[in-house]
Amino acid sequence: MNRSSLRFWIGAVLFLAAVVLLTQLIRNEYPFFAGYVILQFIVLAVAWSILGGYAGYVNFGTSAFFGVGVYTAVFLFKATGAPLAVQIAAAAIVGALLGFAVGLVTLRMQGIYFSIATIAMTIIIETTVTNWRYVGGAAGIQLQRPPVMPAFDTYVQMLFFVQALLVVLAVAIARYMQISWMGRGLQALKDDELAAECTGVPTLRLKVTACVISGALMCAAGAPGAMYLQYADPSSAFNLNYSISVLAMSLIGGTAHWIGPVIGAILLGTTQQLLTVTISSEVNVLVLGIMLVLFVVAAPEGLIGLFRRLVRIRTGGRA
Amino acid sequence: MTSPEAPEPLLRIAALTKRFGGFTALDNLSVDIRPGERFGLIGPNGSGKTTLINCISGAFRTEAGTVVFRGEDVTRLPPHLRTRRGIARSFQIPRPFKSMTVAENLMVAIDFATAANDFVPVAQRREAMMSILTQTGLASKADVSTTRLSQVELRKMELARAMATRPKLLISDEAMAGLSGAEVDEVLDLLMTLAGHDITVIMIEHIMQAVMRFSDRVMCLDAGRIIAIGVPDEVMANPRVQEAYLGT
Repeated sequence: MNRSSLRFWIGAVLFLAAVVLLTQLIRNEYPFFAGYVILQFIVLAVAWSILGGYAGYVNFGTSAFFGVGVYTAVFLFKATGAPLAVQIAAAAIVGALLGFAVGLVTLRMQGIYFSIATIAMTIIIETTVTNWRYVGGAAGIQLQRPPVMPAFDTYVQMLFFVQALLVVLAVAIARYMQISWMGRGLQALKDDELAAECTGVPTLRLKVTACVISGALMCAAGAPGAMYLQYADPSSAFNLNYSISVLAMSLIGGTAHWIGPVIGAILLGTTQQLLTVTISSEVNVLVLGIMLVLFVVAAPEGLIGLFRRLVRIRTGGRA
Repeated sequence: MTSPEAPEPLLRIAALTKRFGGFTALDNLSVDIRPGERFGLIGPNGSGKTTLINCISGAFRTEAGTVVFRGEDVTRLPPHLRTRRGIARSFQIPRPFKSMTVAENLMVAIDFATAANDFVPVAQRREAMMSILTQTGLASKADVSTTRLSQVELRKMELARAMATRPKLLISDEAMAGLSGAEVDEVLDLLMTLAGHDITVIMIEHIMQAVMRFSDRVMCLDAGRIIAIGVPDEVMANPRVQEAYLGT
């Protein structure tokens, strides 16, 4: 293991330790309730950037994957009473399969056509779930949480920890993909797909792999959502806001490095939580839109790009 | 190789046809490229030269006919698998990986084009990359972003990247178009040195002195058909070639 990997894993362990410590120290449940959402967005944004950032395929189907994760958990819980870990693992598998199917069908399309196909997919899946009686149909479904694991005081604290674990998993995978041979291949196909293919890069296989991993992580991030709200309904589980927020977080953070979507998700997720509490949940959509416009115009490479440009200016223009 | 007269061809194109809608870009075209040959491909604009290259490298699917490379039918293989079997190309309009440096462009080729089962350590791969950069005169540009290269440097980078895939067949698609006289010589000299060492080169070019100097054999296409093939002087003297070029 080289030094940078060592530092990364020490950071990950410290982060998880801090999360556990917080759940032991803070009695008030609200910080965990809000923090869970931010962690969930980190996983989604990091997962999105694997396909959207590294490969440059803009996926508007985040809400489809997220919703499928929620409903995989709902279905398993209702049918078998499966524990949370099983719900998440199953959601990841379903997400991987969905990513594979979507990838094979749509990744031959390029640019805007791929994006439109992912929106279509969201609508198809949402409509299907809306008409599926067993999981509650359009009216939604109430769920009763099982007893919490002994290490935690409340179920929400436990979910907070579980989502923190998913953050570490997602970031570790995204980081590996960035620094490995896969990252270089994805970057090449993002720059020029035909040139990449003619240089020996198996573009379709790499894109489908990215779609599978991205889909699995998004579904896994959605799975605990059912237990978090103790309720699920199609219009909120498949809400297009997930797709847009996640896209905004990744782009505002910057997709050239795995830390970009993490920063974007923390920044926007926190802002959204604050606005929801202090003003209204509608204003945060407006703020999201304004920030996205500002960044697309002023810093198209996101905060990462802005930071790199500053460093370059300070070091005197060397690349 | 069986005999000096008829060696096993490196590349055999048999009855290749490519249509775009109702337009036939390549019409029942057959040609053998011998190993070690320097092969010039000429023809007026729209005669099907680049289409032929796209069919050889796999960028286009063909309607009929076969492409056999080193005894293996590669007609249905995607481009990256053909690259791994030893077919490399440059593009008429350079297509660098813009977000990368010159060195990184070559590393994509080195990482992906060699068979996955023979693992080569990083230091050795970098060494291979640097030796190609030195050979192509780009060593000083290794860490420069490809967006900062001049036109002639871009052409060289494309050839270097193609070389980094360790090809048996290198296809150069108008690598000299739009360059100045001195630059043309530079790129031509480079292609001359690359050819030989067990690398066969197909060169598409409009610049006739370059084609004449470079080629062992020249093929002239017009409207998707071969109108002449042979040693350069013969092909140039062919009335049909002169007609196709001068439009008399």
